[in-house]
Amino acid sequence: MALLDHHLLSVILFTPLAGALLLLLVPRAMENAHRVLGNVFGVLGFVVSLPLLARFRPDVAGYQFRENADWIPSIGAHYSLGMDGISFLLVLLTTLLGMISILSSWKAIQLRKKEYYILFLLLQTGMLGVFLSLDFFLFYVFWEVMLVPMYFLIGVWGSERRLYAAIKFFLYTLAGSVVMLLGILAVYFNAAKSGAPPTFDVPTLLAAAQQFPDGLKVWLFWGFFFAFAIKVPMFPFHTWLPDAHTEAPTAGSVILAGVLLKMGTYGFVRFSLPLLPADAALRGKIIHIVVLLSLVGIVYGALVCMMQKDMKRLIAYSSVSHLGFCTLGIFALTPHGLAGSILQQINHGISTGALFLIVGVLYERRHTRLISEFGGLSTPMPNFAAIYMIVSLSSLGMPLLNGFIGEFTILRGVFEVNKTWAAWAALGVILGAAYLLWLYQRVMFGAVTKPENEKLPDLNLREYATLLPLVVLAFWIGIYPKPFFRYLEKPVQLIVEMVNPGYYKSAEVKSPIDGPLPVAGSIPRSEKVNVEEPAK
Amino acid sequence: MLILNHLWIIPLLPLLGAAINGLSGLFGAKWPNKAVTAVAIGSTGLSFLAALECVREFLNLPAAQQALPWVKQYFTWIAAGTFRAGFDLQIDHLTIVMLLVVTGVGWLIHIYATGYMSHEGGYYRFFSYLNLFMFFMLILVMAANYVLLFVGWEGVGLASYLLIGFYFLKKSASDAGKKAFIVNRIGDFGFMLGMFLLFRTFGSLDFVTVFDKTRELPADALGQFGILTISCLLLFMGATGKSAQLPLYVWLPDAMEGPTPVSALIHAATMVTAGVYVVARSHILFTHAPTAMLVVASVGAATAFFAATIGLVQTDIKKILAYSTVSQLGYMFLACGVGAFSAGIFHLMTHAFFKALLFLAAGSVIHAMGGEQEVTRMGGLSGKIRWTYFTMLMGTLAIAGAPGFAGFFSKDAILFSAFQHAPGGRILYAVGLASALMTAFYMFRLIFLTFHGKPRFDEHHVHVHESPKSMLGPLVVLALLSIIGGWMAAPSFWGGTDHFTAFLAPVFGAEAAPEAATAAVSEAAEHSLELTLAGVAVATAFLGFFLAFWLYLRRPGVADQIAKSAKGAYTTLLNKYYVDELYAAVIIRPLVWISDNVLWRAVDASGIDGAVNGAAAGTTALGDRLRRAHSGNTRSYAVWVVIGALLILAVIFWPMLKPAAGMVP
Repeated sequence: MALLDHHLLSVILFTPLAGALLLLLVPRAMENAHRVLGNVFGVLGFVVSLPLLARFRPDVAGYQFRENADWIPSIGAHYSLGMDGISFLLVLLTTLLGMISILSSWKAIQLRKKEYYILFLLLQTGMLGVFLSLDFFLFYVFWEVMLVPMYFLIGVWGSERRLYAAIKFFLYTLAGSVVMLLGILAVYFNAAKSGAPPTFDVPTLLAAAQQFPDGLKVWLFWGFFFAFAIKVPMFPFHTWLPDAHTEAPTAGSVILAGVLLKMGTYGFVRFSLPLLPADAALRGKIIHIVVLLSLVGIVYGALVCMMQKDMKRLIAYSSVSHLGFCTLGIFALTPHGLAGSILQQINHGISTGALFLIVGVLYERRHTRLISEFGGLSTPMPNFAAIYMIVSLSSLGMPLLNGFIGEFTILRGVFEVNKTWAAWAALGVILGAAYLLWLYQRVMFGAVTKPENEKLPDLNLREYATLLPLVVLAFWIGIYPKPFFRYLEKPVQLIVEMVNPGYYKSAEVKSPIDGPLPVAGSIPRSEKVNVEEPAK
Repeated sequence: MLILNHLWIIPLLPLLGAAINGLSGLFGAKWPNKAVTAVAIGSTGLSFLAALECVREFLNLPAAQQALPWVKQYFTWIAAGTFRAGFDLQIDHLTIVMLLVVTGVGWLIHIYATGYMSHEGGYYRFFSYLNLFMFFMLILVMAANYVLLFVGWEGVGLASYLLIGFYFLKKSASDAGKKAFIVNRIGDFGFMLGMFLLFRTFGSLDFVTVFDKTRELPADALGQFGILTISCLLLFMGATGKSAQLPLYVWLPDAMEGPTPVSALIHAATMVTAGVYVVARSHILFTHAPTAMLVVASVGAATAFFAATIGLVQTDIKKILAYSTVSQLGYMFLACGVGAFSAGIFHLMTHAFFKALLFLAAGSVIHAMGGEQEVTRMGGLSGKIRWTYFTMLMGTLAIAGAPGFAGFFSKDAILFSAFQHAPGGRILYAVGLASALMTAFYMFRLIFLTFHGKPRFDEHHVHVHESPKSMLGPLVVLALLSIIGGWMAAPSFWGGTDHFTAFLAPVFGAEAAPEAATAAVSEAAEHSLELTLAGVAVATAFLGFFLAFWLYLRRPGVADQIAKSAKGAYTTLLNKYYVDELYAAVIIRPLVWISDNVLWRAVDASGIDGAVNGAAAGTTALGDRLRRAHSGNTRSYAVWVVIGALLILAVIFWPMLKPAAGMVP
């Protein structure tokens, strides 16, 4: 158990990689062994992340489970891992969605199974590394490592235009990463100027960056922004997403939407916010630009959504809209905006992940994603209809499901800062209902028009196993989100105190979670209501 | 104190019913319809009993405790930063009225539906949705804060969406469901912003806190757009969506695609009154915002009039009732807008009785006619379906305001309050009275066309038959309520107490008092004025009845002649002022066009992607030239590798070397 005590994060990080290495040894002829083993490691990857639930302390500020070892001492690169409440949620999302997507590939992937599962497990390690690294060098390595398996997943197992989509994805992201590399190096060298020993340690560098002159910070901010904005993706850097989503195999789309995009928003929270310049006017200008892009993304994504003829493309554009909410929440720089944004990132992983699984269910049956090919599926597939309805509602922000909690908290945080921003964003909520319900109507309602749709089988056990966990989570977050917010309380507080120092003082905020819960019962109210006489 | 300490039981029962019936279908286990019926009726019936017991317990509390809402906090739902929203339920006199209407009328309609829907496919699905609706509606009226209210608010919208589109094989049905949901979302946009503004102002969204703090604030002046006024207007925007007022009423007539019990329960008796409930619930905010009050009253009066004019010429029996509902909801808002909140709630209650009755009776007619909904193809049914005819007539008398019937008292209370209101009360009164005239006219037109005269359908093909007892029972109970439902207020006509207003006084009393004072008339004068206005209203109702009688029974040809001679006006009304067409032309089509041609094709595909692909093509061309460097000669590669490595090292270590470089002059 010592391994779990001291190297829990390493275990989580490298379990998928171990699976990939093991798969390398399995002879190609043992066809079934590959997918069995792939699934075993998918489940194992999730299982080893479960001890976090018991061991992670949400009440402790700062990083937990730190691991630190020298890696390349000459340049100050370390193997340094750590986790706070934000990465806690993202890591669990990654391991869960990883397990689900691997399971969803069971029948969909028939070609080159060995390579597929190896690459998928490799991708898992890459993504987990991004969320766990506390060393810029290590972070960058994982950031790039993850690109390669995704490139192949799209390029080899994708549909008709897979090569175009894969290369587009690769080049877009690479362009962003190169700029980010320059940014990292600039932070590194400028921090070293003060005479401290050179290091890539993230907390150290970000603390040092606080002292940088504003002119430099602006450049750094935009450098990092470029990389993360492509990843999120924010308008106008989003055009790789529809192609990548549409062409990728189902599992690839699920991971792409569920986890990969979150690397961008995670980067904003972790690295971009501390690089905001100190000068209020300058900072205001930057925030305005980012917020404007977020708002355009929300409305634009939703409008373009409505015009799509391909289900996956439609959901891809809906991601642009939903992620607009996330970036908006981050750059509101208020605790509600941030906490809501991070929860919404998790929500988006759940809802949009499930939506892609749903398209996958249909694709496996009909080998098409065109909306016009469907219609009236409620009749042959009633249980599928029910689950698809719940997922749609969760995505469009129906109260008691997860999406509402995120959107509501973000809007509430944004409203505090600027009412107009909140109003524009709330417009996205209307449009969200429009495109999702319209899609549902065209696919599920009406009479069955195509003979090949008449006998479509309803969900099978494996499909239930992929969808039901997400549905349960959607209800859980929707009905009782408190545990999730609890994990975010401390890290969000730290970030807001750093980037928006006066906030807590001026708002006289006391965290409601710290105080005892009011006891259920008739609560006392002010006396004056009592004395009013009922009028005649 | 069994229920009062466990308020959650009341909404939870229908939720359980919904879950059991819903899951019975999901796992393919074929439940017999009887089991579905038992679960659906049982859960709502028990909920009704629990509500009754809850009311009994509450009314047994000491008067001082009754003067305050009874709040139960269950658990914290959303807590992020300073924001807290809990699952808190509350009971006060206003909630009691709503609670009894929702569970009582809801239960009756459930019973009716077991008969009406017995031959339909998806029986379990229907009752699962209907119970789900009950759950959300109860959450809506029992919530102790705006956020939980919003949960109910959105939830009833969802149930409404599912039930309107219940016949999902029909495109018009699923279209109507979608339209209802989206139009409601437009209203919710305002509602949400209103909530945020309230939270920003008061630091809480609990009713008790918000209202207590509002009491301490000075009221905005008329014409002043302070925070309270803007909050109220935003909340009211939500109400116009949910309660189908101008300009967001367009979804309600389309919602008639749903099964008739749904129209009765959701689109007449309960859900559509949620907007009125919210305004009444927030009455302290609204009385602090006279501008918002004026807007509420004006929109209400305008809608009452506008919808009634459309109702004059419609021929679909459910559409007539739908426009009538829109119009009557306008009445309720008119009442709230002039500060007569208890009159508004009173009308909400009586309307729930008689409009549910009218819809259910209409359902019985449709059932009898084998699915026919056009009143132009009915006629002479009074002798064939006596019970339906008789109960529907009671409902018609009630809505028209015949003396002694429920609608008479509530409508009278509203018109009386409007008349006394300053400023602009007389105008509001006149509009209200004109709407009352039209109401009486179109309702009796419906009755005469449906039940009187000669049959205008093929009697050999349509076997007119009376509905089963499960459908007639609720009709009779509702007919009874439509008669006696207003008697609580009756004593006020001979100088006694209006018991309904007195009952709600702990909620509205303090706010309604200054309203009465401004009228500045002595009690005796006020009483005689009330009697006079009641007389005018009765005369108006009679006039409406007489016109319908004359046009549709005495001189059946005249109505068509009028329609021909005023063709422009007639077709405008028949086409509902072309509002749907206007929205399509001004909002929907341009939005679709821009999204498709500008945003997607021009900006996305050609603009951004064009630039990206262009850059890629440029790079390819460049790469092609550079390719020549790749001669295949190993030594030349080695040179490039070395040069590259040197370059990278130089870039990386340049700043470090700087001090050293500095030493070299």
